[in-house]
Amino acid sequence: MNTVKKFLGIVWMLLAPLVVGLLAWQAADKISKATELTKANVALQWVIIMVVFIPICAGFFIFGYYSFKNYYDHLPQSSAEITDY
Amino acid sequence: MDSNQPKGIGFVIGASSVGTLIEWYDFYIFGMLATIISKQFFPEDSGTSALLSTLAIFAAGFIVRPFGALVFGRLGDLIGRKHTFLLTLILMGGSTFAIGLVPGFKTIGWWAPVLVLVLRLLQGLALGGEYGGAATYVAEHAPPLRRGYWTSWIQTTATLGLFLALGVIILVREAQGIEKFSAEWGGWRYPFWISLLLVLVSIIIRMRMKESPMFAKAKAEGKTSTNPLKESFGHRANFKMVLLALFGAVMGQGVIWYTGQFYAQSFIENVCRVNFVQSRNIILIAILLATPGFIFFGWLSDKYGRKWIMLLGMLLGVLCYRPIFGAFLKDTDTKVWMVNENKIEKPLLKRPTVKTDTSTSIEKGIIILSHQDSDWVYQGNTFNIKKTDTLLMEPDGFTIYPPLSALAEKDSDWANRKFQLKKDKQPVITNIELNSARKWKFIFLVWLMIVFVTMVYGPIAAFLVELFPTKIRYTSMSLPYHIGNGVFGGLVPFLGTLIVEFTKTKTNPGGDPLAGLWYPIGIAALCFIIGAVYLPNKIDKDVMD
Repeated sequence: MNTVKKFLGIVWMLLAPLVVGLLAWQAADKISKATELTKANVALQWVIIMVVFIPICAGFFIFGYYSFKNYYDHLPQSSAEITDY
Repeated sequence: MDSNQPKGIGFVIGASSVGTLIEWYDFYIFGMLATIISKQFFPEDSGTSALLSTLAIFAAGFIVRPFGALVFGRLGDLIGRKHTFLLTLILMGGSTFAIGLVPGFKTIGWWAPVLVLVLRLLQGLALGGEYGGAATYVAEHAPPLRRGYWTSWIQTTATLGLFLALGVIILVREAQGIEKFSAEWGGWRYPFWISLLLVLVSIIIRMRMKESPMFAKAKAEGKTSTNPLKESFGHRANFKMVLLALFGAVMGQGVIWYTGQFYAQSFIENVCRVNFVQSRNIILIAILLATPGFIFFGWLSDKYGRKWIMLLGMLLGVLCYRPIFGAFLKDTDTKVWMVNENKIEKPLLKRPTVKTDTSTSIEKGIIILSHQDSDWVYQGNTFNIKKTDTLLMEPDGFTIYPPLSALAEKDSDWANRKFQLKKDKQPVITNIELNSARKWKFIFLVWLMIVFVTMVYGPIAAFLVELFPTKIRYTSMSLPYHIGNGVFGGLVPFLGTLIVEFTKTKTNPGGDPLAGLWYPIGIAALCFIIGAVYLPNKIDKDVMD
């Protein structure tokens, strides 16, 4: 299972920027296609989506990195493992 | 269990749950009244813009929830659970009541939407701090191996809050009638005002509560955190668990929850065009019948672990959403009804009491005639047919004529004029009221989706509590919970609608109504994979650390 986690870590690391790119492409496409009347609303929608999802994708990338580095091979069995820094 | 508590675990759960339920109620009524709110607080001449603005405010309400989780989570780990979730309750109740007091756009202009936006943000902030506090508080009182069961009572509050909000709105609307209800100072404000009373009662109850025994002990021993944010997210050992909680559990739970309750309601009302009251009745009955599931799956998770119950709920959502929503569409497919009408195989029946309302309007010199026929019946389903005919006046087709009601008095000029009536070839069926069998079928399908919700949501509080240590529990569990629910879940209707927009083409102007489901299905599937591979299925007996 640890090998699977390591492999999946790479998948998550690739997926995170891919999602950001996809969102950015869609945002540009939809805003440019919007009419003058709706442009502001369309832009607002996409700004909201980008602002929210970019940090989440960054978190997903870190999750993938941790997975790739085998940090999830062992999960804490007690809180002492989390709080003893 | 703390011996200092005056009434035992029942009081702890009751007092925590009532407050949380009221916070959910406060949060939901805004979303449910979004259409009326948009008309009251935004300029009249820009309906679409107003609706979008309200949706933006709605989304903002969800987006600020994670910030609320950070602010109040930190406070809860620093000064204690009791005072923090008392504060969130006051903030939520105050801002909800204040929304009900803001005059409309007609009276105070742009101050109206600005004030509503600010109050909505405060609501989101308060909600972000509430849930983590209530779940932590109850879990820290619960006996070992019963945590899933006891915290599941807190889990029922989100759904019961929706039930309460829907119930109050329907009652006021039915009592007042739609016109009075929608007026500037009409009945739509009552649910906001009622909140003040509910919150006052809840504050009195919560004032009688004592601090969580675990937090009190940690504080007495000087073991509380001095910087919960840094300890929660600045150290890899804990941060990796925050990420795992988000991507392996809460993200999927959020989309399953919002799809089963909110997207389903919106779909039945707006896409299937089932009327306001019946669409809400369907949701209300389904919620009522499915709510015991929260307790059942919470209890079950104490016996078999949290992981697989939650993941099974997600998997069922992934597999069943398209067939379920497809069934909603098929059963209200008005195109089939119209075709059948033409073939006279299963004719539409017009009741003897049929009433036809005709109204006219003049747009650019062209007279538009709107007919709304009431009480048509097809296989026991009643509905209205709306036809919009156009009357083109000749020879000067763009002259503005008086409305038809004024011409009805056999005006000689009218009689002599030539005109051309362009009949609407695609009448729209609206205001559908399903027959009893179909209504119960819809209730069953919504109930099924809410059972999926109870599977993922019932055990999640216990799961999150057991993942993090006492000193930073409030902060650590609140953030992933509110990102999962507020962002991933809260944006299901918004992104679902957006995806449907992508599928609209010139040949298919309506788009694929089921396309919006790809967002929750994709997120739930991803979460299922991550949860299955990474999550532990252990039940932590001792969270007193």
